[in-house]
Amino acid sequence: MLKSAGRYFMFLGSLFKNRESFKTYISLFFDESVKVGTNSIFLIATVSVFMGAVTTIQTAFNLVSPLIPKYVIAIVVRDMVLLELSPTIIAIIFAGKVGSNIAGELGTMRITEQIDALEVMGINSSSYLVLPKVLATLFMFPALVATSAFLSILGGYLAVSFTDVITPAEYTQGIRYQLNEFMVIFAMIKAVTFAFLVSTISSFMGYYTKGGALEVGQASTSAVTNSVIFILLADYLLAQLLAEYLISF
Amino acid sequence: MIELDNIQKSFGEVTILKGIDATFKPGLVNMIIGASGTGKSVLLKCMVGLEQPTVGSVMYNQRNFSHSTRKEQIEIRKDIGMLFQGAALFDSKTVEENVRFPLDILTNLPLDEKLDKVNQVLDRVGLTDTNYKMPSELSGGMKKRVGIARAIVNNSKYLFCDEPNSGLDPQTSITIDNLIKEITQEYDITTIVVSHDMNSVMEIGDYIMFMHQGLKLWEGSSDQILDSEVDEFNDFVFANNLMRSLKKLKK
Repeated sequence: MLKSAGRYFMFLGSLFKNRESFKTYISLFFDESVKVGTNSIFLIATVSVFMGAVTTIQTAFNLVSPLIPKYVIAIVVRDMVLLELSPTIIAIIFAGKVGSNIAGELGTMRITEQIDALEVMGINSSSYLVLPKVLATLFMFPALVATSAFLSILGGYLAVSFTDVITPAEYTQGIRYQLNEFMVIFAMIKAVTFAFLVSTISSFMGYYTKGGALEVGQASTSAVTNSVIFILLADYLLAQLLAEYLISF
Repeated sequence: MIELDNIQKSFGEVTILKGIDATFKPGLVNMIIGASGTGKSVLLKCMVGLEQPTVGSVMYNQRNFSHSTRKEQIEIRKDIGMLFQGAALFDSKTVEENVRFPLDILTNLPLDEKLDKVNQVLDRVGLTDTNYKMPSELSGGMKKRVGIARAIVNNSKYLFCDEPNSGLDPQTSITIDNLIKEITQEYDITTIVVSHDMNSVMEIGDYIMFMHQGLKLWEGSSDQILDSEVDEFNDFVFANNLMRSLKKLKK
């Protein structure tokens, strides 16, 4: 465990040593941004709309007290989406889609000697292959989380429009009611943290793959498993660290 | 010229290479042969810097590669081209992008000049008009040829080939062997081929080094093979009928 942690931090250090020219990374960054971000939009959008719709309906069926105004349902949905569902659930889905893809790609490159080919040419393979992925994920994932939050709230609106749990006007009122702006900052802090964890853990698992096709599959599975565990751990730590700011903001 | 000075390599308690000395001259196809597990590939990896020798050094034209700084190593690596066992082409790039890759990374040439060079080497390896094909669309032999083109596109002085014939049919193997031989002579490259294919050895080997259990047991030219008196070497060489028949013929 300690050995793996040490190797992970050394791997992170190697991303910044003997880098290639800045120009080399620009095109790689855009390529990776498309793979990591643009190609994930459909999945994230679908999950987000349904997540918002289901959360709204479930909350409405559980908040039936005549003492609680109906727009509170929308407040609950908004806070859940911003604080937990969009950053964390989307990060877990992202780990499944992008994390496994990163580990599979690097693992295949390792076992087919493509990484060795880069090293023979004098290229720092970890920096060349992994740094653009990490930077692209750090840049694109917060954008995906913001999109997800918007679409989840929209999903809730669609749900109330097609049902009579509350009126769309009450939903809109709740969404706009006393928004704590730190929630958005909190969501972005989580997004950046989770993006870093998913991209670096998945790259680490893929980059050090040894063996054949079976091991590439195992590396992809480990990438997702470890990413999810560390996302949940980081989620808990961030909640502990930042909840006070949220109340006092 | 490449010189190996007492190369030893251990992984933990296990010693793979037990002190190899050798000199590989330019314009010749230098072959390292031996049974599986004798340390040929480890030696090749030590020579190209994928592994660091535990003891000893690799010299490229009097420049110590094993004990130089990373910056110095990168300078030497610019002269190194390598053909990997599975060709190691980048899956997401076309043939042209694969061959152009060393030029993109290691040179500041304008694009049209790079493309000229790429087309020139692709013509040389007999792959005209394959520029926009993906590696997945190529046969094993074509992949090897693209690998050779990529290895020589930057005017490499040293060409390393790891089992260039593995997975190829006999006819394609001969084509690849001949291509390696021609390119070596044409560009005056120091070529080192790791193989256990005796047909290749007899066909293109100018200098042959036989390894057994991490040691160099025999060296010489292909003409001297039939006269060898080293038992382990004879066991390896005359394991197939063709070579045994050749020896009988000579007698």
